[in-house]
Amino acid sequence: MNLHSLVHRGLKAQGSGLMVTGLAALVAVLMASATTFTQTRAERSRPPSLGPAPQLKIPPIEKRTLSNGLPVWIVEAPEVPLAQVNLVIHAGSSDDAANASGLASFTAAMLDEGAGTRSSLQIADEVEFLGAALNTSSSFDASAVRLNVPVRRLRAGLAVMADIALRPTFPAAEVERLRQERLTALLQAKDDAASVAPLAFARIVFGPAHRYGTAATGNSATLKTMTAEQMRAFHAAWYRPSNATLIVAGEVTATGVLPLLEEAFGGWAKAAPVSRTPVPAAPQLTARQVSIVDMPSAAQSQIRIGGVGVARSTPDYFPLLVLNTILGGSFTSRLNQNLREEHGYSYGASSRFDMRLSPGPVQAGAGVQSDKTSESLTEFFKELREIAATVSDAELVKAKNYIALGFPSEFETITDLTSHLEEMAVYKLPDTYFSQYIANVQAVTAAAVQKAAATYILPEKFAVVVVGDRKAIEPGIRALNLGPIRALTVDEVVP
Amino acid sequence: MRRCSIVALAVALLPAVIAAQSPARPLEVPYRQFQLANGLNVILHRDTSVPIVAVNVWYHVGSANERPGRTGFAHLFEHLMFEGSKNVKEGEFDTLLEAAGGNNNGSTSNDRTNYVIDVPSSALDLALYLESDRMAYLLDTMSPARVDGQRDVVKNERRQSYENRPYGMASIELDKMLWPAGHPYSWPTIGYMEDLTAASYDDVVQFFKRYYAPNNASLVIAGDIDYDRTKALVERWFGEVPKGPALEPIAPPPAVLTGVKRQTMTDRVRLSKLFLGWLTPRIYAPGDATLDVVSSVLAGGKNSRLYKRLIYDTQMAQDVEATQQSGPLGSSFIIEVTVRPDHTVAEVQKAIDEELDKLKQEPPSEREVERAINQIEASFYRRMQRVGGFGGKADQLNSYYVAGGGPDFFAEDLARYTSLSRSDVQAAVAQWLPAERRVELIVNPEEKAR
Repeated sequence: MNLHSLVHRGLKAQGSGLMVTGLAALVAVLMASATTFTQTRAERSRPPSLGPAPQLKIPPIEKRTLSNGLPVWIVEAPEVPLAQVNLVIHAGSSDDAANASGLASFTAAMLDEGAGTRSSLQIADEVEFLGAALNTSSSFDASAVRLNVPVRRLRAGLAVMADIALRPTFPAAEVERLRQERLTALLQAKDDAASVAPLAFARIVFGPAHRYGTAATGNSATLKTMTAEQMRAFHAAWYRPSNATLIVAGEVTATGVLPLLEEAFGGWAKAAPVSRTPVPAAPQLTARQVSIVDMPSAAQSQIRIGGVGVARSTPDYFPLLVLNTILGGSFTSRLNQNLREEHGYSYGASSRFDMRLSPGPVQAGAGVQSDKTSESLTEFFKELREIAATVSDAELVKAKNYIALGFPSEFETITDLTSHLEEMAVYKLPDTYFSQYIANVQAVTAAAVQKAAATYILPEKFAVVVVGDRKAIEPGIRALNLGPIRALTVDEVVP
Repeated sequence: MRRCSIVALAVALLPAVIAAQSPARPLEVPYRQFQLANGLNVILHRDTSVPIVAVNVWYHVGSANERPGRTGFAHLFEHLMFEGSKNVKEGEFDTLLEAAGGNNNGSTSNDRTNYVIDVPSSALDLALYLESDRMAYLLDTMSPARVDGQRDVVKNERRQSYENRPYGMASIELDKMLWPAGHPYSWPTIGYMEDLTAASYDDVVQFFKRYYAPNNASLVIAGDIDYDRTKALVERWFGEVPKGPALEPIAPPPAVLTGVKRQTMTDRVRLSKLFLGWLTPRIYAPGDATLDVVSSVLAGGKNSRLYKRLIYDTQMAQDVEATQQSGPLGSSFIIEVTVRPDHTVAEVQKAIDEELDKLKQEPPSEREVERAINQIEASFYRRMQRVGGFGGKADQLNSYYVAGGGPDFFAEDLARYTSLSRSDVQAAVAQWLPAERRVELIVNPEEKAR
C-alpha cells in the first residue's frame, strides 16, 4: 500500500557524530526543573534546555575468524527477529581493469544472475520466498553482497547468499540481458539534469582518463565490450576469504550463528592475499572554469561547484565533517539558508565531500530556477569564499552537537549498524572509532574548521558545472566573469 | 510445470531448515492513549533500544481539503509551519533542533499532513515546546513575506520534482484522468503553478484556524520515554492550545470509470512510458490488501508475471511497476512500464493485457502468493526497527489510529495479507482490473511527436 501523492518539506542532510560533553553540565540544570512539572501554564519565553546527553549503547563487536581465515564481525542486536549479513569484498570500481570501467559493478550485478546450480529466476524465487532482501553492489572502494532475512530463515538465506558470493556462473544470456539494461539506464540518465550533473562534474574535475572521472557503472563504450570472461577473472582475483570481511548483526548470538556461517562460508577455498594499487590522486584544477551542459527548456539549472577533495584517511576528517555541516550538510547550513530560505531560488542546496580510498570530489550543488541561475552562482561563491573567513561559536557548537548528539540515531536498524561496520572494515578504522567519535567531533575548533576551509574550499580553482537551458542562462553566467566558459552537450559528458 | 520444479528444488536443498522453522513472533506495539480537554489525541509508546524519541503529529487535513483555485495550499502551509511561531523566531525551529542533535521534516498527502521530529531523549521537552508553540501560536508572527518566501521554495520544489524530472508531469495527468472533475484526488498535492501564485496571507490565516486545531490532530510520542513524565509534559505544553471548530468529513463525488480513457503526452525523454490506471477499493476496505498482493504477483521481482514477460523474457521494457495507491476516499491501481527503444507501447500493452487475462482465468500458484505474503510479512518487521521518521513506528501508530482500527493495528494489518488465498487474488484481478474500464496514459519523447 502506497500513499497517494506525497510531498515532503525538504531533503534533509545527514548528520553523524555521538554525545556532548561540554553541554552536559549546562543541561543537568534543566532536567531538575523538568521533573517538577505542574499544570501551570508553560513558560515559553525561553526554549527548555536539554537533559543530559544520553549514552549510546553500541553492543560490542565480536571479532572471529572462520576456518578458512575469513574475518567475521558479529554484533548481537536482538530487537526484531531479523538478521543482516554483509559480505564485504575489498575491491571495487577503483580496481577495474584498464579500458574496462564498470567491470567491478557489472561483476557484482551478475552475482545473483546464476550461481551454483541455481538459475537467475530460481535465486530470485528463493530469496523472495524467504521474505529476504538480498542485494549485490559495488562502489569505488568495495563490493558487497547483503542479506536481510527473518532470523528463523537465516540458514536458508545463507545458503543462497554463499552460492551468489562464491559460486556465480555468469551465464552468457544474463550478461547480455544486463548489458542492455545498463546501456538503457545510461540512456535514461541523459533525460535527467539531476543525473547528468554529477556525471558531468566528475568527468570535468577528474578527466576522462582518471577512474573517478567515469561513473562506477562505466560508460557505453566499456559496457558494450565487457565480457563474461573479464567478470570471471575479476571475481577469481578479488573475491577471496583473505580479501573479505563478513559482518553480521541482528537477533543472533555469536556462538549460535558461527556454525551457520562456517557451514555457508567455511568451504570457500583459501587463496593468497591480494594487494591493491590505489587510484592515483588527481591534480586540482589550476584555474576556475565554467561548463554549461545544454538541456533546452529545462525548468531548473542543476549546479555543481567543486574540485578534488580528500581521501577517507585524511587527518582532517573531523574538522571537515564539522565544516561541511556548517557549509551545506544540514538544513540550517549556510548554503541552504541562503539559496532556499533567504532567496527562494531552490528547493534545497547542499555540499559534500566524497571520501574514498583516494581523494574523491568535494562539491556544492543545487537545482535552481532557470531565471535565477546567475544570481544563484553569485550566492554560492559568496558562501564558498566566506567560510574560510569566519565561523562563529554558535555555528560551531550547533554543528558539533548536531553531529555528535545525532549519532545514536544512526544505529537504529541493523542495516544502519552494519553499514557503519562496513565503513570501519573498508577504511580500516580503529576499534575505538565509535567510542572516540564524540570526543573527536567535540575537539574540533573554529580555527581547525577555518583552516580546513582554506585548504579544501578553493572557489578560485573550482570547476563550475551547470546543466540547464543554455540559451536562457548563458548570458547571465557570462556576465559574472567566473572564467572561461565551455558549452557541452549531454552526449559529451555522458558518453 | 514451473511450480513443480521450484518446489522440488526447495525441498532438496533445505529440508532440515524448513522443518526447523519456528512460527513468526506475534507483532505487538504496546502503547498508552489519552485525550486532552482540547481534543488532542495522544498515543505514547516506549522503546528504549536507542536513546531517541520520535514526536509525530498528524493533522487530518491534506490536499483533498483544498478548494479549486488554491490547489497545493495544504503543502505550502506545511512549509510555513517551520518558519517560526509566537515564541520561536524565524529560523529557530531548525536551529534549536539541530543544536540538540535532532532532525525534523514534514509531508503532505491528499488526506493528511504529518510532522516528524526525531531527537535524542534529552531533547523531548524542547521538541514538545516547539511542536506545541506552532500548534497554538503560528499566526502570531505569520506575515505575507513569510508566505512569499515559502511560495518561491515550493515553486522550486514543483520545478525540481515534477517539471524537470523525466515523466514527472505524468502522475499529475494520471490523477486528472482517473478522478472526476471536482473530486479531491483529481488535483495534485504539489498544486498548479497559478494556484501557488494565488495563495494569500489571508488564506493562511483561515486555513490555520479551521484545520490546525488540537481536535483535528493526533500526537504520537515513541521511543526512550517515561510514560508518566511524558504525559505530564504533553499536558503542560499542549493543554493551553485552544480548541478549533468541529469539521465535517469530506463528501467526494462518486468516482467510477465507465470506459477507457486514453491520452498521449510528450516529455523531454528518450523512451516512451505507458501508464494504466484503475479505481480500486479504499484503504483497508476488502480488496485493498488483495491488490497489494496482486501488485507483487505482477511486478514484485524477477519471477513476477509482468517483470518476467516484459523485462526478463522478451526484454521489450526497461522497468515495470505495479502499485495499489491507497487512500481513505478511494484508491487507484497503477501499472507503469518504460518501453525499450525498438519496441512499441502497443506491444507492451498487448503483453500486459494477456498477462492480466491469464490471472483472471486461472489463479496464481500457491508459491506466487506465498512469496508475496512472505515479503510483506518481512517488511512489517523491518519497519518495526525505527521509531521515528516517515514510516517508523510513531508514524505507523498515528496512521493506524487515524484509520480507525486502533494504534496497534500491526497484527490485524498483517492478517489482512496472511489470510488471502489464490482465488482471492484471481477474483481481485477480475473484479478491479478490467481492460474495458481504465485509463491509459502514454508519454512519448518530444522528437517522436514532431
